[in-house]
Amino acid sequence: MTPTPVTPGQNPLRDPQDKRLPRIAGPCSLVLFGVTGDLARNKVMPAIYDLANRGLLPPSFSLVGFARRDWTHKDFTNIVRESVRAHARTPFHNEVWRNLAEGFRFVSGTFDDPKAFDVLRETLQTLDEERGTSGNHVFYLSIPPAFFATVTQQLDRSGLSNSDESAWRRVVIEKPFGHDLASARELNSIVGSVFRSDSIFRIDHYLGKETVQNLLALRFANQMFEPIWNANYVDHVQITMAEDIGIGSRAGYYDGIGAARDVIQNHLLQLLALTAMEEPVSFQAPALRAEKEKVLSAVRLPMDLAASTVRGQYAQGWQGGERVSGYLDEDGIQKTSTTETYAALKVEIDTRRWAGVPFYLRTGKRLGKRVTEIAVVFKRAPHLPFDRTATEELGQNAIVIRVQPDEGVTMRFGSKVPGSAMEVRDVTMDFGYGSSFTESSPEAYERLILDVMLGDPPLFPRHEEVELAWQILDPVEAFWATQGQPPPYPAGGWGPECADDMMARDGRSWRMP
Amino acid sequence: MIVDLPGTTTAAVNKYLVKLRHDIGAMTLGRVLTLVIVVDESRAESAIEAANDASRQHPCRIIAVISGKKTGANRLDAQIRVGGDAGAGEVVVLRLHGPLAGHGDSVLVPLLLPDSPVVAWWPREAPLNVSESAIGQMAQRRITDAAEAPSPRVELKRRADNYQPGDTDLAWTRITLWRGLLAAALEQPPYEPVLNADVAGASDSPSADLMAAWLAQALQCPVTRTRTPPGSGVTSVRLTRPSGNTDLLRPDGAVATLSPPGQPARRISLARRALAECLADELHRLDPDEIYEETLTKGLAMIEAPTRKLSGAREAVAPGARQEESPS
Repeated sequence: MTPTPVTPGQNPLRDPQDKRLPRIAGPCSLVLFGVTGDLARNKVMPAIYDLANRGLLPPSFSLVGFARRDWTHKDFTNIVRESVRAHARTPFHNEVWRNLAEGFRFVSGTFDDPKAFDVLRETLQTLDEERGTSGNHVFYLSIPPAFFATVTQQLDRSGLSNSDESAWRRVVIEKPFGHDLASARELNSIVGSVFRSDSIFRIDHYLGKETVQNLLALRFANQMFEPIWNANYVDHVQITMAEDIGIGSRAGYYDGIGAARDVIQNHLLQLLALTAMEEPVSFQAPALRAEKEKVLSAVRLPMDLAASTVRGQYAQGWQGGERVSGYLDEDGIQKTSTTETYAALKVEIDTRRWAGVPFYLRTGKRLGKRVTEIAVVFKRAPHLPFDRTATEELGQNAIVIRVQPDEGVTMRFGSKVPGSAMEVRDVTMDFGYGSSFTESSPEAYERLILDVMLGDPPLFPRHEEVELAWQILDPVEAFWATQGQPPPYPAGGWGPECADDMMARDGRSWRMP
Repeated sequence: MIVDLPGTTTAAVNKYLVKLRHDIGAMTLGRVLTLVIVVDESRAESAIEAANDASRQHPCRIIAVISGKKTGANRLDAQIRVGGDAGAGEVVVLRLHGPLAGHGDSVLVPLLLPDSPVVAWWPREAPLNVSESAIGQMAQRRITDAAEAPSPRVELKRRADNYQPGDTDLAWTRITLWRGLLAAALEQPPYEPVLNADVAGASDSPSADLMAAWLAQALQCPVTRTRTPPGSGVTSVRLTRPSGNTDLLRPDGAVATLSPPGQPARRISLARRALAECLADELHRLDPDEIYEETLTKGLAMIEAPTRKLSGAREAVAPGARQEESPS
C-alpha cells in the first residue's frame, strides 16, 4: 500500500469530515508587553492557563514577559501563578502548571531600550532552539497606545517583526484603537508600517466570538426571523451595554476618553453592524467584513445632535445595597472633568431594509445592573380585533438577543391572561443554551488567543471598520466638546432623565434590560 | 429535590413533571435533547452523575432506565430529580421489574421531549446490535463503551459488524486529544508521508485499537499495535517518516512528551479524560461520525497483528529501548 502523501496543504489526519478533532495551535510563543496591567493579569494569563488545561496549546508553547521590572524568570512565573490562581476558570492542576511554566521567560527593560529588545531577540532564538517554537511568535501589546510607536519600531529595528517564509509573526492590539479618526489612522499607519495587515489582530474583549456566531446563527440559520427583520415590521432597535461598576482604578485611562469612545465606537457599533447587515455570501472573513463595512458606511447621524444624543456623569448614590461615590469624587478625577460616563445616541441606517428605523445605542457605568443586549422591537399589529380594554396591557413584540451575562434569546409577545375575561398582556419566552453560560464554556479571551495562534482572523475588526466607526462618532464628540459638563445621574439607576426625554420625543421608551 | 413515585405509570410521571413545572417554574423548558441511559443498578448512580455534569453544557432531560429482576409482578418505580439534584437538567429514574424489565422502550415513549433529538447511552453492557435494539431505534445517536465490555476486542468487532450511522463509542471519544496532537504534528515540517506507525497501549484498551485503526485508515501505511499490561490505557504512538520518528509518549497517564524529528522533546499535559467530559463531547454533535465509521469498519482490519507482548509499559514507551516490531 502507498502511504498517503503529506504536504503543507494536505494533512491526511485532518479530514474536514472529522468534526470533533480539536484545532491545536502550531508551535509558537507569546510575548506579552505590559505584564503588570489589569487585562494581562485578569484575562490574558488566566486564559493561557485555561487553554493549556484544555490541551489546546502546542506542547512547545512559551510565554515571554517584557516589562521594566527588575524580575527574574522565577519572579515572573510567580506573578503568572498568582493571576492564574485568582482568575483561571478551570481547576488548578500542578502537572499542567509545571509543563506550562517550563516555557516562561522574562526580559527586563524599557520600551525604548534597544538593548532590551536585543535580549528579547536572543531569548526567542533560544526558545526556538530549546523548545522548538519554530520562529513563530505573537507580540501581545497590552500597553497604552502611546507606546505602540516605540515598541513596534523597536520590534522592527531588532528584526523581530520579520521572519522567513516558513514562520510567522503576529501582533495583537487591544481596544481603544485610537480616540478619533485621525489618531486611529495614525495608529494604523504605525503598526501597519511594521506588520502586514493580516498579521494585525485587534482584540475587542467585549465581543467574544461566541456572541458573534450566535447572532449570525440566529439571523441566518433560521427562516422565521429574516422575513420580518426589516423596516416593514421593525419599529426600532435598542442596543444596550450597561455596567454596574464605576471606573475603579482606571481613572488615568478613562478620563478624557469617556463612555462613547470606550464602548460605542467599538462594541455597540459592531453589534449594530451584525444586527443590521445583509446576509454575507459566505462566512469567510472578507465576505463578512464586506457586509459589516457596507452597513457601517450607511449609518447616518440625525441633523439635530442636541435632540438625538445624550450624555451623563454618575453622581453618588446607592447601588445594589452599597453607597458609591460619584464620578467627580473618584480618585484621580478633576472636579471639572467633562468626561461622560453615560452616552446614548440615535442613528439611522440609509438602506432599503432599514429606512426610517432608528437604532438607539446606550452605554453607561454605575447603571442598574450589568447587562448587554440587543432588542429588536416590532411594530404593533396594524389591526387588533379585540375590545380596547382587552389589549390595554399589550406592548410591542420584541426579540431580545442577550449577549451577557446570561447569553440567550428572549421573545416578548402577547398572551391571554387565564380567566373568563378577554385580556392580553405581554409575556416573555426565554432560551439559554447551557454551554454558553456554564463554567465549562470557553471564555472569550481563550477563543481570541487561540484564533491569533491559529491565524484565524474572520471576526477581528480590520482598520477599515475601525475608521468607519470613528467617522460616525467624531461629529458627536465634537458637538459634546462644546457642551460643558454632562448632567449628573444617580448611581444605580438607568441614566440621566434627558435620555428618557430623548426617547419620549420619538414616542418610545427605553426597555428595562 | 427528589420525588419518589413507587409503583406508578408513565402517565403519572408525565403529570408530575408538568405539575413541577407549574409549581417551581420553567425548569423543564429549554431542553435541547433527551438522554436515555440504559444501565443496571450497580452503575446507575455514577452514570447519572456523569450525565448531570454533561447536562450543564447541554441542557437535557435525562431518563435512566434500570432493569431489575425479570421474575415477579410487573412494576414501575419512578423517581424524579430536579434542581440541585439534577445538574442543569432534570432526571427521571425508571426502575422496571417483572416482565416489564424487557420492555424499557415502552415506558420511554411518553417521556421523550417533543420534537428534539434522543441520545441513548449504554454505560456498560450494550445490546449486540445497538441500532436494531428497541431503544436504539428511537435514538439518533447511540453511545456505547467498549472499554466496559468483558472483551473489548470482541466488542469492537461486533460494533464494526453492526455499524449504523449514529453509532459511537466512548473509547473513540477518549482519544480525541491524542488525535488532535498527532494531526497538529503533521502540520509542521518536514512534510513527509508516514511510512509506518506503532501504537502501544494496554491489551484491553479499545482506544488503542481505534487509534491504530484510525492511523492505518488515514495514512494508508502499516500500523502495528504493541500491547502493554492491562489497565495502562494508550501509552505511546510512533509515526515513522523518512527523516525520523515522531513520538507521542504518555508513560504515566497524565503528562505526555512529543518528540518530532530534529526538534527538542516537548512536554504537554494529556490526562485521561473524565467520563462526564467524554459524554459532553458526544452530545456536542449529533450527526453521524464518518471518521469513526471508517476507522471501525475499514481501519480495524488493517492493523497488523501484534507479534509479542511486552512485559512493562516502561519498556514499550521508552524510545530506543523498545525492540522494533516487525510486521507479521
